[in-house]
Amino acid sequence: MAESSVELRDVSKRHGDTRAVDRVSLVIRRGEFFAILGPSGSGKTTLLRMLAGFESPDAGDILIDGRSVRGVPPNQRPVNLVFQTYALFPHLTVAGNIAFGLEMRRLPRADIAARVEEALDMVRLQGKQDRLPAQLSGGEQQRVAVARALVNRPAVLLLDEPLGALDQQLRTDMQVELKTIQERVGLTFICVTHHQEEALTMSDRVAVMRQGRLLQVGSPRDIYEAPQSAFVANFIGRSNSLTGRIEMVSGLRCTVRAADLPAADPVVAACPAGAGIGSPATLMLRPERLHLSADVQVDGYDNMLPARVSKAIYNGSETQYLLALSDRLSWQVLIPNAGNGQKRFQPGESVFLRWRADEAVVLSE
Amino acid sequence: MSRKHTWLLSASVANLVFLYAPIVVLILFSFNASRLSATWQGFTLEWYRLLLEDEALRLSVQNSLVVAVVSTVVATGLGVCAAVGLERHPFRGREVVEGAMLLPLVIPEIMMGVSLMLFFLLVKLPLSLITVAIGHAAFNVPIVLVIVRARLRKLDPSLEEAARDLGATPWQAFRRVTWPLLMPAVAGSVLLAFTVSLDDFIVTFFTAGPGSTTLPLYVYSMVKSGVTPTINALSAILVLVSMALIGASLALQRR
Repeated sequence: MAESSVELRDVSKRHGDTRAVDRVSLVIRRGEFFAILGPSGSGKTTLLRMLAGFESPDAGDILIDGRSVRGVPPNQRPVNLVFQTYALFPHLTVAGNIAFGLEMRRLPRADIAARVEEALDMVRLQGKQDRLPAQLSGGEQQRVAVARALVNRPAVLLLDEPLGALDQQLRTDMQVELKTIQERVGLTFICVTHHQEEALTMSDRVAVMRQGRLLQVGSPRDIYEAPQSAFVANFIGRSNSLTGRIEMVSGLRCTVRAADLPAADPVVAACPAGAGIGSPATLMLRPERLHLSADVQVDGYDNMLPARVSKAIYNGSETQYLLALSDRLSWQVLIPNAGNGQKRFQPGESVFLRWRADEAVVLSE
Repeated sequence: MSRKHTWLLSASVANLVFLYAPIVVLILFSFNASRLSATWQGFTLEWYRLLLEDEALRLSVQNSLVVAVVSTVVATGLGVCAAVGLERHPFRGREVVEGAMLLPLVIPEIMMGVSLMLFFLLVKLPLSLITVAIGHAAFNVPIVLVIVRARLRKLDPSLEEAARDLGATPWQAFRRVTWPLLMPAVAGSVLLAFTVSLDDFIVTFFTAGPGSTTLPLYVYSMVKSGVTPTINALSAILVLVSMALIGASLALQRR
């Protein structure tokens, strides 16, 4: 069997004047939980609808299990979609909803009953098979939608913002549950979401989309630790940035002089490939990777910048400090809250920011 | 009760009296023993008995039922198709088509009657129960269209997509998902169309030929030779049947 479950080859789709999907090529592996992440209008839903067969690409080709699905109507594709609104049939019971796909395929009654039973078990809805969708809670409706799709044993399960309609607590629970189900059934899951935490926690790989284009594909760790563009760095988690020019290159390292901080020492960072002296560079730094102290002498860091605390926000598990590095440049730092001995900084206080050279992602664009 | 409430209440009561007093009086007088309707002279069921014996009346009721059933079936079929087509399959010029289909709801009925009559004369279709049924279907299509389309608009279009995604052909998706969900609206519009057809006078007047007298036409001919208590009895029955049908129609649409 082919290693790829879904393959997109140069797929484009226009909606009126906008390129909803613009030359996207992508290989999704068998059994992978793949997230397509992007803000609204990034084309991720259009991409999903093309996989389901509700829209067809203007150019390019889509292969599912190695076969082109060009011109194949939705009812003949080996994929099932969990709709954002769940789209449960309001006139059918839970069991009726789950059995729908099997009935369309004319399976024997006994088989249908057995598989509906199994699906109810899987999503922990035993005993609710005779309820109508309106009699279920949001989380239960979501599980019915998942069961209704999975019971057909599709080659690929598509999920459109699967947790969008749930409240925060349920969301977190369902993230774990979806991931567990996916690992148990071993199917390819493709999940479209604008929620970065959802994408990071559930998926094996994430694709970030913006304005119809694929910006970056990689593991959640890759995407978070090594964003290849400022957009990705800021869309996935929070990021502090420092722009300037490369002043010196020595081996794998370079020094960058920040445009916004002419008075400060240049900072040391990993040298981006192909960058030379004088080329522009942007450093991206995660707020939780920065060290904050009031001491002038601290060992083990490559860089140090002075700053002034402008705000301290207590969040329970951590404290978020907003710092002014200059009139124009402000950063944030996240410090996990520890015991009573921990130093707490007050607004107005002078502090030093420190980080190791390899903590910063350097973009040369 | 505040002043404002008193005022609202009396306005509502006045309104109801204005609307229903004539009907109540009519129903009461259908039980009046006096031949001259003006004064009350005791209770009787005589007029209802006379109605049952009236052969021409029986025939007109039968004609009315035939026309109502045929026109309702035709209008429901066309109206549901039009509603689904307009709502789910956008095409260029949809607004124009829609406007044209809804026109019978706003043009004066007398114009519709006259134009239908002229049309039948033009195509040399002799005026009969068939032409009456066609005329009724013509004004019933927009009624069905409006009601069914309103319901369709409230249905999540992803329901049909979900059915398609789960392996249903477009026809199966319609039959298994859309149709059951449209049923209350369709049933409601059937009852309404049936009632409107049963009560129609103007279009029927222009499109009916010899031997195709419907109930409202018959009532009219009876009135021409003076208002007798039998008319009261007949009208009472018509009012109650219509109200029952409309009530059922509203109840179904609310579901």
